[in-house]
Amino acid sequence: MKVAYWPGCVSRGFTPELHGSVAAVAPKLGIELVELNRASCCGAGVIAEHSQELADSLNARTFALAQQEIEKGADFMMNICSTCQGAQTECQERLDASAAYRDEVNKHLTPEGLQYAKGLVNKNFLWVLVEELGLDELRSMVTRPLTDLKVGPFYGCYIVRPTDRLDISAENPRDRYLEQVIEALGGTVVDYAGAQKCCGFPISLMQKETSFKMAGRHLGDAKDQGADCLVTPCPLCHLNLDMQQPVVSRTVGRDLQMPVLHLPQLVGLALGMAPKELGLGKHVVKPTSVIDWSTSVVGAVGSLSAA
Amino acid sequence: MSTIDHTTNGTTGADDAPEGIEQFTLRLRRYDPESGEAAYYEEFEIELEPHRSVLDGILQAKAQEDGSIGIRCSCRAAICGSCGTRINGQPGLACHTHLSEAMARSKDGKITVEPMGNMPVIKDLIVDMDAVHWKKQARVTPWLLPSEPLPEREHIVPRESMVDVTQSMACIQCGACVSDCLSMEIDPLFVGPAALAKTYRFVGDPRDSRHAERLSNLAEDPHGIYACTHCFKCVEACPKGVAPMNQIMRLRRIASQDHHIVDRNNGERHEMAIVNSVKRYGTLNEAKMVPDSYGGPLHPAAAKELLSSLPVITTALLRRKVTPKSALFHHKLPDQDQIKRIYREVGEREGRLEFNLYVEQPDEDDTAPTSHAERAGADEGSASPTPSKGLTEAETAQKDA
Repeated sequence: MKVAYWPGCVSRGFTPELHGSVAAVAPKLGIELVELNRASCCGAGVIAEHSQELADSLNARTFALAQQEIEKGADFMMNICSTCQGAQTECQERLDASAAYRDEVNKHLTPEGLQYAKGLVNKNFLWVLVEELGLDELRSMVTRPLTDLKVGPFYGCYIVRPTDRLDISAENPRDRYLEQVIEALGGTVVDYAGAQKCCGFPISLMQKETSFKMAGRHLGDAKDQGADCLVTPCPLCHLNLDMQQPVVSRTVGRDLQMPVLHLPQLVGLALGMAPKELGLGKHVVKPTSVIDWSTSVVGAVGSLSAA
Repeated sequence: MSTIDHTTNGTTGADDAPEGIEQFTLRLRRYDPESGEAAYYEEFEIELEPHRSVLDGILQAKAQEDGSIGIRCSCRAAICGSCGTRINGQPGLACHTHLSEAMARSKDGKITVEPMGNMPVIKDLIVDMDAVHWKKQARVTPWLLPSEPLPEREHIVPRESMVDVTQSMACIQCGACVSDCLSMEIDPLFVGPAALAKTYRFVGDPRDSRHAERLSNLAEDPHGIYACTHCFKCVEACPKGVAPMNQIMRLRRIASQDHHIVDRNNGERHEMAIVNSVKRYGTLNEAKMVPDSYGGPLHPAAAKELLSSLPVITTALLRRKVTPKSALFHHKLPDQDQIKRIYREVGEREGRLEFNLYVEQPDEDDTAPTSHAERAGADEGSASPTPSKGLTEAETAQKDA
């Protein structure tokens, strides 16, 4: 399958290991990436808060660029960030609902001959794994199962709410896909309270203490339930959960030491790729120190061996 | 309680029951603070048609099995807002949730009903709305403060401006959004979604004369509009489509753009840091977010924040997450002039172009074609030739202050 690929800002900024691991894993999954390197930031909800027309125009431009690639043979648009998925779907919902509104927004794109036509398919990597590749196909590709690795799913808000906008239903249980993928890769799902709660990142520069307490509570809950690591499809969550984890630990007064993996990294490990190849050494909480990678991926070595 | 053989998705065939009646298991959280005992769960078997409400089920259990079950209810028609509860973990109105719908969301074949969150429990499913919800409502001055002197007869206002506030006026004060607010879960002082939606009801009303004071008060409050973490929980919870988070975003927009309130919580500066980064580079320059949100690289607050972030920055550099080059020289998009032109065009528009699906009807053309080409084709035929009324004027009336 060939996808018009939107990497987002953070995956090429403070979580470069995310973009890197997608580039490394995609060929193994048979996904050809056509990068939308002229597209702009989705606005992460903040530009929409500033001006709805601005956010909708910037994203309409991204959608139009994706549709150009789709006309040239790409199957659909793919993103790798929960926040991009949510912010872009919100704009697309408005653009798709009204031809009059769409025409008005499209006026901003006409000088370059761009045009957004209703009905783009834009799927997060997580949705692509389950809906396009399929869990059976994914399972058949596993060469190093995540045996005994206890993984806590962490979705991020934007990819699970609101359910009607994101088309989450009994037919498309997109709010259960992380669990399904973890199991398909041979891992064990850890059920804990925070899986679909907020990591706190959006207010980390406004209400730092509240923000870090949120992250700390979820990391602590996952630890209490015996998780070896978390996995997330959202790089913004990763910033609060991993990069800020030492400060989060201090804020909540608890040594957390909880590795947080990006989704493509977890997939890559099960496909037999080396931790370094997937950029796992770039994390602040190094998963390499708590997980044994030798033959199958086994959790709870080293500092967590008592867990 | 008798146990039941859950053969078909938790409901029995109920051969001996009248036609259409099915059996359901309600699992209620019971708690009586005066008893001195801990909370516990108790199961009740009820028999009703699947289209009847969870509230009907609770009332049947109360009437037939245990009169001491505590539940607050009145209208039974999703108008009074009394029966807010959590059903299988989701907040909502018990009278507005079909038994079949609740069963479909159940993980264990039982319908679990619990009191709402973020508020103390008085008994069983009844929470103390006074202690949290109503106190927060009172916090935002929930009445109109018109300019003096009052007109001799009625206020004349543009129709669009009143249509715009209907969404926040639809609130029935059930507390479902307060129940699941993730900011309030960590920060109990947060003013919260219901009270902030109520604030927009007056900030969006042209008859109210205190927009600036209302906004400045809530922008400067550390637990005000900038403490919302944008998690969509309240949007999902609201049974009436109020979308409180959307109203909070509008309060922020009007505070920063129309009233130029630069608050001590970094709210306005953070918004502008992101907006300006995308204007300049096309993408987020994360390295500039901290200094810009704290008042610019030379501001003492920014220096203090950067200093306290040094351990994080150092680790990021050591792990090669960030290189000095990537942090200092942010990549600019190849077509950045296009982005800048869009910014300029949007900035030059008088008033705001907004499209609110609560107020506007979506086009009636949907038969969900599959391919992009088909969709584009289908679209052409159905495009309405004239822009819908009220589209561009939606918020012009608010740019008065």
